Amino acid sequence: MEKLLSAQERLLKSKRSRLGGEFRGKFFVILCAVIMISAAIAITIFLGTKGLQSFTKNGVSILEFLTSTKWNPTDKANPAYGVLPFIFGSFAVTFLAALIAAPLGIGGAIFMTEIAPSWGRKVLQPIVELLVGIPSVVYGFIGLTVLVPFIRENVGGLGFSLLSGMIVLAIMILPTITTIATDAMSSLPNHLREGSYALGATRWQTIRKVLVPAALPSLLTAIILGMARAFGEALAVQMVIGNVRDLPNSILDASATLTTIITLNMGHTTYGSVENNTLWSMGLILLIMSFAFILLIRYLSSRRKLR
Amino acid sequence: MNSRTADRIATGVFIAIAIIITAILAGLFFYIFVNGFKYISFDFLTTPSSNVRAGGGIRDQLFNSFYILFITMLITVPIGVGGGIYMAEYAKPGKVTDFIRTCIEVLSSLPSIVIGMFGLLVFVNTTGWGYTILGGALALTVFNLPTIVRTTEDAIRAVPRDLKEASLALGITHWHTIKTVILPAAFPSILTGAILAAGRVFGEAAALLFTAGLSTPRLDYANWNPFSDQSPLNIFRPAETLAVHIWSVNTQGLIPDVEAVSSGSAAVLVISVLIFNLAARWIGSMIHKRITATK
Repeated sequence: MEKLLSAQERLLKSKRSRLGGEFRGKFFVILCAVIMISAAIAITIFLGTKGLQSFTKNGVSILEFLTSTKWNPTDKANPAYGVLPFIFGSFAVTFLAALIAAPLGIGGAIFMTEIAPSWGRKVLQPIVELLVGIPSVVYGFIGLTVLVPFIRENVGGLGFSLLSGMIVLAIMILPTITTIATDAMSSLPNHLREGSYALGATRWQTIRKVLVPAALPSLLTAIILGMARAFGEALAVQMVIGNVRDLPNSILDASATLTTIITLNMGHTTYGSVENNTLWSMGLILLIMSFAFILLIRYLSSRRKLR
Repeated sequence: MNSRTADRIATGVFIAIAIIITAILAGLFFYIFVNGFKYISFDFLTTPSSNVRAGGGIRDQLFNSFYILFITMLITVPIGVGGGIYMAEYAKPGKVTDFIRTCIEVLSSLPSIVIGMFGLLVFVNTTGWGYTILGGALALTVFNLPTIVRTTEDAIRAVPRDLKEASLALGITHWHTIKTVILPAAFPSILTGAILAAGRVFGEAAALLFTAGLSTPRLDYANWNPFSDQSPLNIFRPAETLAVHIWSVNTQGLIPDVEAVSSGSAAVLVISVLIFNLAARWIGSMIHKRITATK
């Protein structure tokens, strides 16, 4: 029967089925986009409402929550819900880690793009990619078995300390910073270099006075992305930082961060209890911080476009 | 100090930095492999783990890791590739597209522990499933989706415009062009990206702590009924993965041979991730060669 259909009918039929496929295809990809949007919105709404419950339902004061240094939620008579030590811990390890990783990462990037562009990149690039591939628990485990005893014996303290957390995090965010900084340095137009060399500047002068200032917004983006990663990292830090509830006095003291307290207590507190709800509020702080990092990066990239 | 000395010193410092980075990696790998290899044996890989006694293996954890990875990719790849196609082919510049980009950015920058908390709230408590493989896989989907979307979008944008225009000029509809011309051309890059993402998912632990749980029921590998509680294939059972296992034996474990189990597991984990990376490169270049017919 197929052959008896007129040419027009066949064309119409194929057009109809094509258009059907066209519609289905478009419907499918739009559905995928909608799923992504709803995932992002759902996370914000669910964690937002759940995170606010400790303030709205349990009557924990926001001010006390953010500014008190006393954390004692299990005390029956006089429970205290101050998370300042953990907020401080989170910021402290993040900044200290960035302090180590930023010079190393940017230095590595400059090595790859300026000092030894041909072979340096071939050697260092795969190394950085391999560092990305190591899972965070493995970093934590090595920190726990190598770094913590090393610090205990050679530097002092218990070994479980801000210092350990900071070193582990610095190594973890090093590849992030190096990769983005390398992209930033290598995307600089070549005439910047040539112009500077033509004026008789040495390589170091060119790097310091011309290239780094030109790439500065991108380099800052690299550092901030690294810090965002450090701020949200949980397990590796938890294994080495010691997890105490007091403010640390030195970098050799044990400390705790928002993420480590959440990891540690989420499993064994009753869902819906005040203590559990305050953990969700800490999660909300993490969420807000990750939004803040995004805004900061947006701001930097808008500055980059203006140039 | 004259400028030439300063230049020499600076060069020396940069070389030192490069050496430090190399030394860090070399040290890490040396430690992982030297300490891990002596514990890896056929027995270690094929005996179930023990909660209290020494000599436990990682059979179930290894299986769980691969199984969760498989389920995650099963969910992520279609949605992610679809989303990537939308962003590269259908999205028009404007507010909506900007908003979707922001959403992807938000998803990709979320700390994995926050994704784990979201998973706990939605896939564990709200649905009432408890700790399940499916819940873990869905949490990892949130974690993995932005990567796949970005990879797909970049891969599609890298396809030469001529291909698409030639196809459209032949009167082929847009979707049919995507399906038969653009996607096959972008396939090698998408595959490479997906395998690299798989390596990341394989080592992820924080998102799984509260979604897939810290325990595995006694499994019977002869039971292939996916609805039975003892079947390894059941997606509604708790499952501790390898990465989670390393964390839990170190922080909450009671076994006396923590060091042995976690060294061995860490080595297995890193080797697996390495295999994923090498496979991604190898498959990518192989398909590239076949498609472009270069040698």
